[in-house]
Amino acid sequence: MKQMTYSEIKGNSMPFYSLAAILAVFILSALACAYYMEHSGHYVTGMTNQIVWGTPHVFAIFLIVAASGALNVASIGSVFGKAIYKPLGRLSGLLAVALLVGGLVVLVLDLGRPDRLIVAMTHYNFKSIFAWNIFLYVGFLAIVAVYLWLQMERRMNRHAKTAGLVAFVWRLILTTGTGSIFGFLIAREAYDSAIMAPLFVAMSFSFGLAVYILVLLATCHGSEREIGDVVMRKLSRLLGVFVAAVLYFTAVQHLANLYAAEHTGVERFILLDGGIYTLLFWAGQVVLGGIVPMILLFRPASAGSNRNAMLASVLVIIGGFAQVYVIVIGGQAYPLDMFPGMEVTSGFYDGVISSYVPSLPEIGLGLGGVALAGLIVLFGIKLLRFLPASLANAAIDPHHKQ
Amino acid sequence: MSSKPKDKQLTKKLTGTAGFDPTRRSFIGAMAAAAGVTLAPGVMLYAISRSVPVNAKALDAEVSSAVRWGMLIDLGRCDNGCDDCVSACARENGLRGFDRPETDAQWIRKIEIRNPKTGNSKSLPVMCQHCEDPPCVDVCPTGASFKRADGIVLVNKHTCIGCRYCMMACPYKARSFVHEALEDQKTHAPRGKGTVESCTLCVHRIDNDQQPACVDACSDTGGGAMLFGDLNDPESEISKRVAMYATQQIRADLGLNPGIRYRNL
Repeated sequence: MKQMTYSEIKGNSMPFYSLAAILAVFILSALACAYYMEHSGHYVTGMTNQIVWGTPHVFAIFLIVAASGALNVASIGSVFGKAIYKPLGRLSGLLAVALLVGGLVVLVLDLGRPDRLIVAMTHYNFKSIFAWNIFLYVGFLAIVAVYLWLQMERRMNRHAKTAGLVAFVWRLILTTGTGSIFGFLIAREAYDSAIMAPLFVAMSFSFGLAVYILVLLATCHGSEREIGDVVMRKLSRLLGVFVAAVLYFTAVQHLANLYAAEHTGVERFILLDGGIYTLLFWAGQVVLGGIVPMILLFRPASAGSNRNAMLASVLVIIGGFAQVYVIVIGGQAYPLDMFPGMEVTSGFYDGVISSYVPSLPEIGLGLGGVALAGLIVLFGIKLLRFLPASLANAAIDPHHKQ
Repeated sequence: MSSKPKDKQLTKKLTGTAGFDPTRRSFIGAMAAAAGVTLAPGVMLYAISRSVPVNAKALDAEVSSAVRWGMLIDLGRCDNGCDDCVSACARENGLRGFDRPETDAQWIRKIEIRNPKTGNSKSLPVMCQHCEDPPCVDVCPTGASFKRADGIVLVNKHTCIGCRYCMMACPYKARSFVHEALEDQKTHAPRGKGTVESCTLCVHRIDNDQQPACVDACSDTGGGAMLFGDLNDPESEISKRVAMYATQQIRADLGLNPGIRYRNL
């Protein structure tokens, strides 16, 4: 394979500055939302003592999960030796860092006391998976930074494989940690399951690749770089497999729960009569985010076209948000079963399905995290050589016949 | 210092001489005076810290794990409709609502349960169950959720970052997040916007050898359903009763061994 050339984007066009300005507006709005929430207190949000984690957590978890998945493209190139993925590795690393930073900022700004971030960095309870995650996230950023440097400094390229392997193992542990935040919640029927960890790993593969495909298409389109159907066909097929994996783990999760009589209540709620959660599960996650993208990605007639991959990726992201929303909010909306078999009432919403409506500040904060990730990528590709000069078929595969 | 015969004998024993030694005597006297001047303020403060109320523990006194505070709540005596324990808790700890029931803090609440198959119904107060193995303590990233040696589960308001993971983990929905700014707090029950809180078992009262406010209210004006005491002391009333009667723990299947026990549940 011939030497791949990488180049910065010019980043001096009107569309570039317009996009940067729009992202900056979203980020500033998010800061204003966070300030408003912290200043007034969380009562101005949709979150309550029943639904303690809300829309910011949906955004944060989506971004963090997608971050680890976005790195897979680089891993496939350097760890599994697939030459065709190598030119895609740099952007993969940059996107992973950007998404993780975006997600973490949302998570931190939603804390009741974000000013105590230093406390979270200096006081650790090592029995807490949350505390472990702080190390996993910070470690991920450091490892990916080194991995990126080894990829981008040609003299150090030979070490990239080792760094890639470390990063790959680390990201698997990281997503296991994120899934276990829910898996370790023994008292909540919607969680409390070891399958949350592999489910989250599968979700990360799928969401991360979908975001990656969109960013790749957008940046190449914006900087007038060619993408051939060889790359896109590979990425599309891979995304299809990941989408199938998410559906598989989701099916196992619910089937296992349905088998246990004690869990039929929560399963009935999510799958049958949970209103918005049931709708989001079936229409959002399963159909729009699962079945339709799989058809688009595997149908021989359309597989490999940029337009098709883009549409499928958008759907996977919509389905992904729906899935995280159902897991995070739906899982809390269903009441704790403190007295099995009994009807329960109280002045504190025991025994009833809790209601939750996302508030504007929450949505604003979440979108700010997405915008921050976008801005990091935008300036990343302007300042450093993350993007291959061309991904045309001939550029990535010398044996390719037109 | 007076030169009593005993002192003389001691001096003789130690020095081997029966003679009077003015230098030694003045030195010992000076030392005693200096020690007195140095220690007196400390002793004074110590005395003050112990003086109010009479039986209270010193503020820096170590909490003993020989004690396990717990509560036995007899539902046979707990009336549906009585919430004296709830209002006593609010009074004692300065909990005031903002007329926003979804976000207002509740440290203790009354729950009505009804068996749909038999129609049998019960009313019971539920608060932090002060588990022996509290999930809230396990999941807290900073260690702000902690269990005292005597079994009381608390939140350190200085290190709570407001992540609410403990609220996700608690099987009893016992914790509240402070959703807005507070005023006129009780000095013995500090609270803070953006942090998580729950029943402290009135730790400030326990440390002053008093019972939790809910227990007092229940015996004063309620049905006398709540009994507070040391589960580790076989001679305590609560230990005798849990030994004598069948008692239950909420979600005993989780194996958390809560300190709050129920009878006739």
